[in-house]
Amino acid sequence: MALITDAARGMIGTSDPPMRVEVTRRDIIKYSVATEQQQEKFLRGDEAPPMFLFGALRPVVPIGALGPDGIPASSLTPDLPLKRFMAGGTKTHYFRPVRPGDVLVATRSLTDMYEKRGSQGDLIFLTYKVDVRTEVGERIAEEVQTRIAR
Amino acid sequence: MVNVYDCKVGMPLPERRHEPSNVSLFLYNAAIWNAHRIHYDETYTTGVEKHPGIVVDGPLQGDWLTQVVLNWVGDGGEIVEFEYSNRRASYLGETLVSGGKIEAVKLAEAEIEVSLFVKNERGEVTSPGRAVVRLRR
Repeated sequence: MALITDAARGMIGTSDPPMRVEVTRRDIIKYSVATEQQQEKFLRGDEAPPMFLFGALRPVVPIGALGPDGIPASSLTPDLPLKRFMAGGTKTHYFRPVRPGDVLVATRSLTDMYEKRGSQGDLIFLTYKVDVRTEVGERIAEEVQTRIAR
Repeated sequence: MVNVYDCKVGMPLPERRHEPSNVSLFLYNAAIWNAHRIHYDETYTTGVEKHPGIVVDGPLQGDWLTQVVLNWVGDGGEIVEFEYSNRRASYLGETLVSGGKIEAVKLAEAEIEVSLFVKNERGEVTSPGRAVVRLRR
């Protein structure tokens, strides 16, 4: 296959600048309603559901910086021959729940890139490591994310 | 409250039906700030990305997997590890079912390992997952 160029592979190990996110109760409530949570602590916004972090840490960029597919260009997305991306999955260790008022600092690194042949054609898997702490360094979560280019 | 001594390997967790709609997908993608057009623009989704219909977000199904666990344990525990993958796309109009079962019980640590699934109407697993929940003593 050899879909991944040396230049693309050279991005493995690079990181985005740390992202700082202030978590509000309203953010948690919106997420909890949208995902139809059933626990009162989530619907009241007292505590964030575990997967809240996935959305909270997404980049917010000007509309003009979105691609034709609606996805923002990422500094950690190499130039690949496959242009259509989808979420592949996550593996997360949670150290404590996120609560309103938390100020999170997340760092994201591109850790691996590999090819596979799926039932509907070639695929490229990109894996990222995300480390989430509070501003004072308390660990919140450590996550491995996978994105798939098809 | 779930008691670790009542947990047996193979015990199923309560299942839940999910019928995502245009409105629920809009709210979810607004909440996570996701403008990917495959979740709201049918002409683009079928014409450009060649899906048969509007795509149900994989991470939303990941969230449903965590809810299988959290709704089972209530305030009696918390998820310490969770993983899932998107194996098969799901589309608007499908009815999906989430559930799981106990795979391992660690009495000393009060930890339960569970396998999780989201299935479509044909019984195909769209999103398998795994979680470790630590029960409060």
